[in-house]
Amino acid sequence: MHNRHLSNTSPLNHIGAEKTHDSAELHVSGKARYVDDIPQPSDTLFAYVGQSECASGEITSMNLDAVRAAEGVIDIITSEDIPGHLDIGPVFPGDPLLVDSKVSHFGQAIFAVLATSQRAARQAARLAKVEYKPQIPVLTITDAMNRSHFVRPRHRMQRGDAEKVITSAPILIEREFSIGGQEHFYLEGQVALAQPQDDDGVQVYTSTQHPTEVQKLVAEVLGISFNKVVIVTRRMGGGFGGKETQAAPWACIAALFAVRNNCAVKLRLARREDMSMTGKRHPFLARYRVACKENGELLGVEHSLAGNCGHSPDLSDAIVDRAMFHSDNAYFMPHAQVTGYRCKTHQVSHTAFRGFGGPKGIIAMESAMDDIARAVRCDPLDVRKTNLYGNDDRNLTHYDQQVRHFTVPEIIDRLEQTSNYRERRASCKAFNDSNPILKKGLALTPVKFGISFTVTHLNQAGALLLIYTDGSIHLNHGGTEMGQGLYTKVAQIVADVFGVSTDTIRISAAQTDKVPNTSPTAASSGTDLNGMAAFNAAQELKSRLKTFVSEHFSVGRKSIEFANNHVSVGDKIMTFAEVSQLAYMNRIQLSAAGYYKTPDIHYDRETASGRPFFYYANGAACTEMLVDTLTGETRCLRADILHDVGRSINPAIDKGQIEGGFIQGLGWLTSEELRWDDNGRLLSDSPATYKIPAISDTPPVFNVDLLENSPNAEATVFHSKAVGEPPLMLGISGWCAIRDAVAAIADYKISPDLDAPATPENIMRAIHALDSAA
Amino acid sequence: MISFYINSSLVEIDSSYGTQTVLEFLRENRGLTGTKEGCASGDCGACTVVVVEANSEGDLVYNAINSCITFVGALQGKHLVSVEHLAERDRLHPVQQAMVDCHGSQCGFCTPGFVMSMYSLYQLDKKPEHDEIDEYLAGNLCRCTGYKPIITAMHKACEDRTTAPQSNIDRESIKTQLEDLRCNTSEEKTTNNYLHPNSAAELAQLLATHTEARINAGSTDLALEYTQNLRSFETLIGVQHVPELQVLEDNTDHLRIGAAVTYSRSYDLIKTFFSELASMMLRLGSRQIRNQGTFGGNIANASPIGDTPPVLIALQSELILQSTNGTRSLPIEEFFIDYRKTALRQGEFIREIIVPKLRPAAHLKVYKVSKRLDDDISAVLMAAKITLENGLIKTVRIACGGMAATPKRARNCELAMTGKPLNAQTVAAAQIALDKDFQPIDDVRASAQYRLTVAKNLLTRLRLELTEPNAMTQVSQLA
Repeated sequence: MHNRHLSNTSPLNHIGAEKTHDSAELHVSGKARYVDDIPQPSDTLFAYVGQSECASGEITSMNLDAVRAAEGVIDIITSEDIPGHLDIGPVFPGDPLLVDSKVSHFGQAIFAVLATSQRAARQAARLAKVEYKPQIPVLTITDAMNRSHFVRPRHRMQRGDAEKVITSAPILIEREFSIGGQEHFYLEGQVALAQPQDDDGVQVYTSTQHPTEVQKLVAEVLGISFNKVVIVTRRMGGGFGGKETQAAPWACIAALFAVRNNCAVKLRLARREDMSMTGKRHPFLARYRVACKENGELLGVEHSLAGNCGHSPDLSDAIVDRAMFHSDNAYFMPHAQVTGYRCKTHQVSHTAFRGFGGPKGIIAMESAMDDIARAVRCDPLDVRKTNLYGNDDRNLTHYDQQVRHFTVPEIIDRLEQTSNYRERRASCKAFNDSNPILKKGLALTPVKFGISFTVTHLNQAGALLLIYTDGSIHLNHGGTEMGQGLYTKVAQIVADVFGVSTDTIRISAAQTDKVPNTSPTAASSGTDLNGMAAFNAAQELKSRLKTFVSEHFSVGRKSIEFANNHVSVGDKIMTFAEVSQLAYMNRIQLSAAGYYKTPDIHYDRETASGRPFFYYANGAACTEMLVDTLTGETRCLRADILHDVGRSINPAIDKGQIEGGFIQGLGWLTSEELRWDDNGRLLSDSPATYKIPAISDTPPVFNVDLLENSPNAEATVFHSKAVGEPPLMLGISGWCAIRDAVAAIADYKISPDLDAPATPENIMRAIHALDSAA
Repeated sequence: MISFYINSSLVEIDSSYGTQTVLEFLRENRGLTGTKEGCASGDCGACTVVVVEANSEGDLVYNAINSCITFVGALQGKHLVSVEHLAERDRLHPVQQAMVDCHGSQCGFCTPGFVMSMYSLYQLDKKPEHDEIDEYLAGNLCRCTGYKPIITAMHKACEDRTTAPQSNIDRESIKTQLEDLRCNTSEEKTTNNYLHPNSAAELAQLLATHTEARINAGSTDLALEYTQNLRSFETLIGVQHVPELQVLEDNTDHLRIGAAVTYSRSYDLIKTFFSELASMMLRLGSRQIRNQGTFGGNIANASPIGDTPPVLIALQSELILQSTNGTRSLPIEEFFIDYRKTALRQGEFIREIIVPKLRPAAHLKVYKVSKRLDDDISAVLMAAKITLENGLIKTVRIACGGMAATPKRARNCELAMTGKPLNAQTVAAAQIALDKDFQPIDDVRASAQYRLTVAKNLLTRLRLELTEPNAMTQVSQLA
């Protein structure tokens, strides 16, 4: 026992500290282990998959003799070799692990091969002789819409009578434009390493955002109980939604081979297969009819949002729903009718991607705002401001949730000042007047993004906290680390509760035998859910320790304080380690499981109304783009962002999410273009043909600030706000700025027909259409 | 036997390892898993390592390369540094520390590659400008950060240089190691799988006897056959040690560029005489690719989308070809016969490229148009050499990439311009003539329509830049 006072040591302020990523030193030194880096058992064999070469049709014959005879081949499986479930669809059926007879997209897995090296397995997989009876594939949204070819039924959200308002409106704007999908391009591709256990179980190291679902699917494919499967995910080399459902097939195949051959099996997709076999952000076709007054104020809006879901439902119901939920973005729609279509095409099943449908709803509405501005000859920012939700009235969404604590007006006002929006608009116009070839565009657009899984039951999380007798803490929760800094933030939360330094806390892999039945780390909810679960576990343990200390030393609970790695008990001070040891000696349980479920949320999909979101995350970006009207090339000249993360647990990590999200969103809307050929084969299947932003795409002036003094009004963990997805949609300001630059050609009188992404080619098409119209 | 150093450890291995990639060797044979595979095609940079070698002056050069598309045989006589070697015990290298301090890693998977590219820039011992940072790091893709903290970290590492500890990788001992390798391996030079000729004559002889062998210069394209098509090579002939192919000479009216000279090595000389070509080269691949890729490779590869052939055609370059039958010279435009078909005969190789310098009143313009500014293959590349005299176009040579099955001259377009004033009317006629020159195709990068439109518009850009020097014509002028 020491006789020091707590005030002698410097205080540990964890919440709001810019602590570096818990693995940063491991990252930079190459020591951070990803699944492919884990030292593998000496008996490890390597699996690979054979792909279909037809988008739609029946397999009439499959000759695998050459595969079997290839050097190094040990085993082959087809759909007939799967002991349990063949279908691994996450919500609805439709995703066979291996095709049984009917092929539904080009590049689909039709068999798998096991060999002595990855290269041998890949080489062998290409030797199959497969014949198909091909059918004409459905490859576009328009085609699917014309044939009512859907993976799930149409859904509608409605408020008032939009149709009536629109037919009698003073100003009516109609538009249809296509919005491209997006390849996740996580730097670490899909990978799994399966090790059979001695009790028919299997342990799988995998790179997934959803260990519990992988556990369930591996068990179902193998036909064994869930408790025999353990999934371990320490970190991912990026996820972005692409490892929510898409990580499961490779884990299932590796596990099946491992159990069949009683050896460790690794399956790692090479980049080309990763790109051609896993789902992407849904391409959308957006149509809207917007009625407004002469001042640009909305009267009624009709949105039709058709998502290209690919061949199976996957998560598409919720994704198209989220597009619909966000088709208001930040604006009040007095009358609204929002219809979502889930188009079935013979493409890979499109899936979760940061924003989860939201970006498509938002870009449609932002496009409409710019159209209105050009129609009523107003500055687009003024039209936006006119239509923002109010805090006291004009605050009901088209799904009946009240918008509360709406920070967008404040954010826009501040950003308008700090970005010099008005002066820069004038200088862009002056530049455009004097430059015939290059045109500048500027746009300031907000984001309002609903936080919570719209599938209510997913809004729960668990954590496991262990204190050892040396005072070190082992932290585990159901969230996965994909680079977003979740583990760092949760460690800060736990450290704050105990008043210990974060290096006291060991962060461990998400593991299905520690915390069961977890939700995916998705929907920006990682910290809200897992942080709160860990907080609850820590509070419980702390309370237990307090009770013990209080009784042991006969002091009141109020005189016990945990701070600076010490515990003060009345006038005594002990180290946290000493308290831990003492508690153990007195038979106090030093572990706790924490649990959290988001309160107050409910949604009735039948009536399409309720409160699906606990709260909204808000932000805005002002982006300036430069366009070459001879080639369609663009550059981002400057971006200013103000974003509301509530009370930030870690401002450095939050800013990292905002900067990265913005650039990822800008990439989606500029250089990233998915292309398929007429047979349904993905053409943009490598980084040579699919271009994510590179370093010089980062604007030379890039100001990112967090909204100050804005704690979340809802009772989230330390009143922080989710930050994972919302910033992606700040990139929409770049697309609007490009459209603004193109509109300059016709003196801002015509709203350009610009598809997303605004590739040089799509920009040239928009310019050409404008030239023809003007 | 192949001999080289990895992280100050001498590696002497059987030549059968020569035709696998450095990345495979590091990860699978040496357990050095810090170096990552992101794409295995040289596009993402996650596999970046630094190769140290001595230049002709004996100074050490630190070249970042993509280990995923480099064959082990090409390491002969060099010193490879991987991410594991940068920290000295627990003390991180300044670029590593700056990445930690500036929050430069999120998921961390691209980070080792970034760190290695940053390390190579750090070796320049200067405070880099923003565009230098872009140049050195454009070959490293990060999907998480948006790059801002990485740029900040690079600045910080270099600004803190005076106080930062010196790198543990001692230059003098590397020099000694490289010198030892050079002396000890000079006698034993041939191996079965990866051959290292030391003269053009020897190269010709090897090509004559190993008809199945492939020439390996920078391997930036050849290795894709191995990593993407999964083709294994029985024999590769590395040409890096052939002095005749490493010629880089400034003569009175022309430059001599050896076929195996890398883009990086030739950059300064090219910039002196052909600044437009040099600017384009900064967008040709990435720093890692330019440290390996060669002019000879770009030509011999005969891709319709290679970026240097149209420029070399516009400049009336000549190729010197050699075989056991001797040497011959050929105008470069006659080299490209059809899609990926060249005039190269069996056993023949490109020895060097002769590039005539520009005469006074001659202008070279090079335009590369692609979806992304950095490290992207051109949708259209146009190169024009134009000589103006008394306001008239005296001569003009225009060649394009991405517009036909081969890099190709726009002869009808040239004809429409020759002898005319450089004005809008002439350009309009030249634009119409382009329809006769090119019937491009649709592919993943662009449609035929777009390609033709842009090629025509580039003639407008050409006119504006030569007649209105103050006109703003390219987005890169402002950002």
